[in-house]
Amino acid sequence: MQSFMQTLVFGIFAGAIYGIAAMGLALVFGVLKILNIAHGELVMLGGYVGFWAFSTLGWDPFLSLIIVIPAIFIVGLILDRIVYRHIVRQLGEEKIKNSLLVSFGLGLVLQNLAQALFTGDERSVQVSYAGEGLNIYGVLLPWTRLATLGIVLIVTLALHFFLRKTYPGKAILATAEDYESAELAGINIGRVYMMTFALGAALAAIAGQFVTFTYSLAPSIGMTWTLKAMIVIVLAGTGSILGALPAGLLLGVVEAMAGAYLAQTYKEVAGLVIFLFVLIVRPQGLFVRK
Amino acid sequence: MKTTSRQLPSFKPSRRWLTPGAIAVLLAFAVVFPQQVAKDNVWNLFFLMCLGIAMGQSWNMLGGFAGQTSLGHAAFFGIGAIITRVLWFHGTPFFLALIVGGVAAATFAMIIGAPTFRLRGAYFAIGTLAVAEVLRITIAQNQPYISTMPGSMIAEYNLPSRYWLALGLAIATTGAAYMLLRSRWSLGILGVREDEEAAQATGVHVLRHKLLALGLSAVFMGLAGGVFAFKQISYYPEAPFFPTFTFEALMIAYIGGLGTVSGPVIGGIFFVVVRERLAANLTDVHQVIFGALFVVIVLLLPGGLLEIWDRSKRLALRVIRR
Repeated sequence: MQSFMQTLVFGIFAGAIYGIAAMGLALVFGVLKILNIAHGELVMLGGYVGFWAFSTLGWDPFLSLIIVIPAIFIVGLILDRIVYRHIVRQLGEEKIKNSLLVSFGLGLVLQNLAQALFTGDERSVQVSYAGEGLNIYGVLLPWTRLATLGIVLIVTLALHFFLRKTYPGKAILATAEDYESAELAGINIGRVYMMTFALGAALAAIAGQFVTFTYSLAPSIGMTWTLKAMIVIVLAGTGSILGALPAGLLLGVVEAMAGAYLAQTYKEVAGLVIFLFVLIVRPQGLFVRK
Repeated sequence: MKTTSRQLPSFKPSRRWLTPGAIAVLLAFAVVFPQQVAKDNVWNLFFLMCLGIAMGQSWNMLGGFAGQTSLGHAAFFGIGAIITRVLWFHGTPFFLALIVGGVAAATFAMIIGAPTFRLRGAYFAIGTLAVAEVLRITIAQNQPYISTMPGSMIAEYNLPSRYWLALGLAIATTGAAYMLLRSRWSLGILGVREDEEAAQATGVHVLRHKLLALGLSAVFMGLAGGVFAFKQISYYPEAPFFPTFTFEALMIAYIGGLGTVSGPVIGGIFFVVVRERLAANLTDVHQVIFGALFVVIVLLLPGGLLEIWDRSKRLALRVIRR
């Protein structure tokens, strides 16, 4: 029972990171209607900014979020201006396919740039309080993981508030729903797209910062994170931005359980199985109200 | 894919010699040149070109003809490679092992095709990417050790035999793509690409046509994987599952001209030559330049190199008529 609870808890903690990474992808997919395969590369870049802040400035990984987020937000703005701006104006099927291809190519560029700049070595951040945490009836809750979960919840709530209650947030939702009407209503949708993409990149960067002290960082991790985020958004359902969090938690728990009770080497397969299962049984997603 | 409207190759009487002539010249060159030079790097370069052509044709059957963007072709390549190699190392005659590898890739494609084809466009791409990556990670964790040919095989290893096999595969794949395009099935497959609802409404069994294109595509990708396994002396078992192989196949199809038979041939030759030159001169950043080049091609030249040819032809005609 104790080990079951421990597995469950660690699954939830891992799922929180999946959730926030996927939320960025879901936001971009839902609003720009493009699929950004290079999303995982933004996670990776965010991780490197955090690693740099830790290794040269000696900042605590949670403190360095204050530079990681704006840095990758700006990267997102630049990428939108250079590349994605040209795709969002295309229509329908063509647009989604071209976005896949272009972001696939862009991912290759970013990964190899990172390889050239930061070398292929695996990096990770070790904080002094890494092993410490709460111990509840033998179930260990490390501080770092608790703080991760806390930040993910806060960011999710803040995003919810931003999208529902503020003017720019409402503009984003309006554009997602019907960009032509939004444009007629006086919303500058070019700017909405740019801001949304940058926001999605910033969410990826937060996930990347958590990766630095939870897992390890290398230029090649991008594809893995894109994949996790994609599995999560399929589970959550298209158009469900905040649904990415419960779906991420679900994936985290399923993987942790499969790793503990089936076989560690087939952990990823468990995620794939639920992914295909949801595609077949409930293609609209688990967390969509119809 | 409306920009690439060259669907059925048309033969105008006055230029009936052009296509067979070009094929004959290309084939003669592919047979004679490497034998004349007989250097290892030339055999290698020609091998890579042929493998690239086969991969590009394979991707094009599904992505170009049927309009289904797959990001998981590395899975078929990897399955072909791993099965061919394991069977071959355990004493199966190579050609039998190669064919089993191709069939296994197609079988796997059918298993994942049925659920993923329930979804359109983007979701098919996500599904195939997910399947390929999960397969790669699982193989990496289960087969972490490098796979090397046994000494007896290395002793009788020679590059030309690898090249002839790759050349044969490139010819077979191109021939299959041509036959597919000339067959009755192609009408349904192209119909699915242009407008799924309209095809459905006129009585085309959409899923069956998509599965046909996927199956053929996977067979040839699996065979290409088998040829890769035949050529490489040692590699990590996860290597053929890397997404770069998907990307390579897709890029060759795109660079040459999507949805055409000659596109992947031109794309394959161009891609391999440019890549090898870049890799030789700029080892570290050649992938960066390559990725950027691809982004530019997708954005600015959706018809690939054949579009340059068509555009210049039209331009020339306009000048002549004036």
